[in-house]
Amino acid sequence: MAVIANLAIQFVQMLLVLLLAPLLTGFVRKVKAHLLRRQGPPLLQPYRDLLRLMRKEVVLAENASWLFRVIPYLILAATWVAAALVPTFATGLIFSWSADLIAIVALLGSARFFLALAGMDVGTSFGGIGSSREVMIATLAEPAMIMIVFTLALIAGSTQLSTVAGLMLSSGVGLRVSLGLALIALILVALAENARIPVDNPATHLELTMVHEAMVLEYSGRHLAVIELAASLKLLLYMSLIACLFVPWGLAPHGAGPVAQFGGAVAYIAKLAIGGFLLAVFETSIAKMRVFRVPDFLGAALMLGLLGTLLLFVSRSL
Amino acid sequence: MPVVVELWCVAALLAIAVVAAVGARMPLIRRGIYGASLAVTTVAFAAALALPADDSHITLPLGLPWIGAHFRLDALAAFFLAVINLGGAAASLYGIGYGQHEHEPQRVLPFFPAFLAGMNLVIVADDAFTFLLSWEFMSLASWALVMAHHREPDNARAGYVYILMASVGTFALLLAFGLLAGPDGNYAFSAMRAQTPPPLFAGIILGLVLLGAGSKAGLVPLHVWLPLAHPAAPSHVSALMSGVMTKVAIYGFIRIVFDLLGPTSWWWGVPVLAVGGGTATLGVLYALMQNDLKRVLAYSTIENIGLIFVGLGLALAFKGNDMPAAGALALTAALFHVFNHALFKSALFFGAGAVLTATGERQMERLGGLIHRMPVTSVAFLVACAAISALPPLNGFASEWLAFQAILLSPQLPQWGLKLLVPAVGALLALAAALAAACFVRAFGIVFLGRPRTPAAEQAVEVDRWSLVAMGILAVLCIIVGILPGLVIDGLAPVVTALVGDRMPAQLGVPWLTTVPIVESRSSYNGLLVFLFTAASASLAAFAIHRLASQALRRAPAWDCGFPDPSPVTQYTAASFAQPIRRVFGSYVFQAREHVDMPPPGDMRPASLAVKLRDPAWEFIYTPIKTAVSVAADRLNLLQFLTIRSYLSLVFFALVLLLLVLALWP
Repeated sequence: MAVIANLAIQFVQMLLVLLLAPLLTGFVRKVKAHLLRRQGPPLLQPYRDLLRLMRKEVVLAENASWLFRVIPYLILAATWVAAALVPTFATGLIFSWSADLIAIVALLGSARFFLALAGMDVGTSFGGIGSSREVMIATLAEPAMIMIVFTLALIAGSTQLSTVAGLMLSSGVGLRVSLGLALIALILVALAENARIPVDNPATHLELTMVHEAMVLEYSGRHLAVIELAASLKLLLYMSLIACLFVPWGLAPHGAGPVAQFGGAVAYIAKLAIGGFLLAVFETSIAKMRVFRVPDFLGAALMLGLLGTLLLFVSRSL
Repeated sequence: MPVVVELWCVAALLAIAVVAAVGARMPLIRRGIYGASLAVTTVAFAAALALPADDSHITLPLGLPWIGAHFRLDALAAFFLAVINLGGAAASLYGIGYGQHEHEPQRVLPFFPAFLAGMNLVIVADDAFTFLLSWEFMSLASWALVMAHHREPDNARAGYVYILMASVGTFALLLAFGLLAGPDGNYAFSAMRAQTPPPLFAGIILGLVLLGAGSKAGLVPLHVWLPLAHPAAPSHVSALMSGVMTKVAIYGFIRIVFDLLGPTSWWWGVPVLAVGGGTATLGVLYALMQNDLKRVLAYSTIENIGLIFVGLGLALAFKGNDMPAAGALALTAALFHVFNHALFKSALFFGAGAVLTATGERQMERLGGLIHRMPVTSVAFLVACAAISALPPLNGFASEWLAFQAILLSPQLPQWGLKLLVPAVGALLALAAALAAACFVRAFGIVFLGRPRTPAAEQAVEVDRWSLVAMGILAVLCIIVGILPGLVIDGLAPVVTALVGDRMPAQLGVPWLTTVPIVESRSSYNGLLVFLFTAASASLAAFAIHRLASQALRRAPAWDCGFPDPSPVTQYTAASFAQPIRRVFGSYVFQAREHVDMPPPGDMRPASLAVKLRDPAWEFIYTPIKTAVSVAADRLNLLQFLTIRSYLSLVFFALVLLLLVLALWP
């Protein structure tokens, strides 16, 4: 019985993240538009875009290989599996032991690896520029993320995300310098990983500074829909990750009843709304930076993560 | 007696070498040589796996008369024999097809089995004399293979630098064994194991072993020969040198430091960790700056060696602090990566060899679009690229994950030096992993994706079946080991128990074959489930979309924001792909400078971009040494033109000095 309930929770969570992801993207766009005194597209516009793209035919470049057509599904799968392992409304996910935080980071790394390859497949200059910049950003963002994971793992004594979230929930942690450093670093990394301002602009085409959009320029139809869905999913993943680690209140603990689960879901949606709002405010209040300023930005994240880890090596209570 | 089986295999390989030397010009024999090597290495591999490594030993009346030649097979030797013979078997299989393209087979065929025999002998050797003799034999055989194409411009220099560094390394090992043997000259390993050198001597021996085994393995800054020599050899030999011979060097390091050197002190880990972390990051940065495919792979070997040494350094630190469980985890991570690297690096070199056969090119700037013309090679190469970039659920990730878990255990280390060093090394490791992914996106993307940049790349055809089978087997092994890492971890248990006194928990009994390094609440990873989940979600998504939404597809010219250019020159090249990373990291490490020559309007000259990189290893270490040697030689040249009286007085004073030293020696 318990197994069935757990399986149900895992399944609900997998569907929930997939269904909520476009809504979050639409919400952020809407808030941004309002901040700029525009009306903005309706909240449900991303869903309509996805449906429209899925119904359209794919226009494939003449020399695109089979890899180009497979990659969207690989990216979606890797991101989806990673997102399914991050606790959203309940901690006790039944498959949480199958991949820990390091593996989640690596799964996102796989998605990026294949996306960068897709950018190079057709052999256009825009695809190449996107891929080469993406891997440059990744060479700093990924170690920064690993350092953040180290910090969290040293505090919790575990790299299992459920265990870490459970510990954060148990109020035995308190305020710590290392946690603060990790939070700042994680936000910087999340901005870079999701191609948000100030690192990249999600709303641009035909701009020489674009990264993510340049890589997916040759995609169309259902392939593009899958890639857009994966991108929304990744944004949701990072927000859930920050929420479950740093504002875990409301998370239903392992084996909680349906009321607590429902409460967890409500709290989760509220957290996403606040997160999306903050992201929109941040994005409208800051300018995009030059590509070669990004290493400084991410270097700061890496150093903060390393500092957090070092502090914990010096003393477990910092 | 397992050791006898392995010795017979070595004898068989040597016999094959003799046959090859005699009959290399006969076409029937050519395939036969590789076929016979394949058979013998397969037997040796099976024997290393199947026979119990029960410390079987044998002494043959060879070598120095008062010592004899000792041979022994224990768990550590059995593991490395398995790695070597697996790599050797794959290279032989590949060579059956690839060797047909060799212009001068008599320069390759005799040395190939001899090289394999040399590596096998190093592992089973059980006294210093046999060990060094086999080590030199292995070096010389591989040197001959590096010089196989000696008429190509850079190869003579590669061979020269290689033999110089190999001699220095062997000399360092010779001194290390001399110190280990003590004043009585006990050259058998069993005698060395029985005595403990004083701490100062132990430190010197550690330094000498790092120099001797490290130069063979390619630790920075002793790596300079490796990126010259490995690519110069024929591709199946490059695979052996990179994937397998570096592992023999690691075996030498483990054998001496973990086994012969006596009780471990915690500080032995410090230099090993520092050198390992630096090697990992610098190696992959070098790789990103190269445009020659085989050279990229050679530098990436240096990175992986760094990773392995980080694991070994952690194991030493834990062992020195009496933390056998953590030491077992770190050592397992290192040995697991030894195995993994042999798999994917061999596959990558085979792929590079296939590209070389199909196009005649090693320069990435002259390739492109090969995924359309070499479908099987490109799949195998892609799997190996993903594995070496540590992507789950492949094998590279499993060993890297274990290494990270070992790092996370290190706050328990009591010494401050280690507490500050380990997180920094962890950051270097994470940086190296991310850079490796960038490096292999670049390698695969430039060579196999995009549009062909030259007619040679356009007219490429898939290579022969033997090569494809060899690459395919290695790629499949990468996947299997990745989703079932417990098989290798449990297989390593006896090795690790023998060296650090504990082992990782048994993995195969854990439900769902999950990998659990310490306890499950701490960390666990299940490659099988990650693989199944990813495959299931990808197929589910593809199925749902194709079923419920559109299936229509139309081919059209590339979009490229409305500016498609038919010339393949407008694509990103290997150099331009690396440009952001070159700016971010290269401007510090290599003092990379770009010089743009843009002619003014009206001038018809083409614009040009020149990139200047300076290699710090050559600039700060080898060039000064070279200068010092030539200055000293110039000065000492005086000695050549003395009178007979001066010579005699020189001899006299030297004699007096030596006698004085001898008299005053305590």
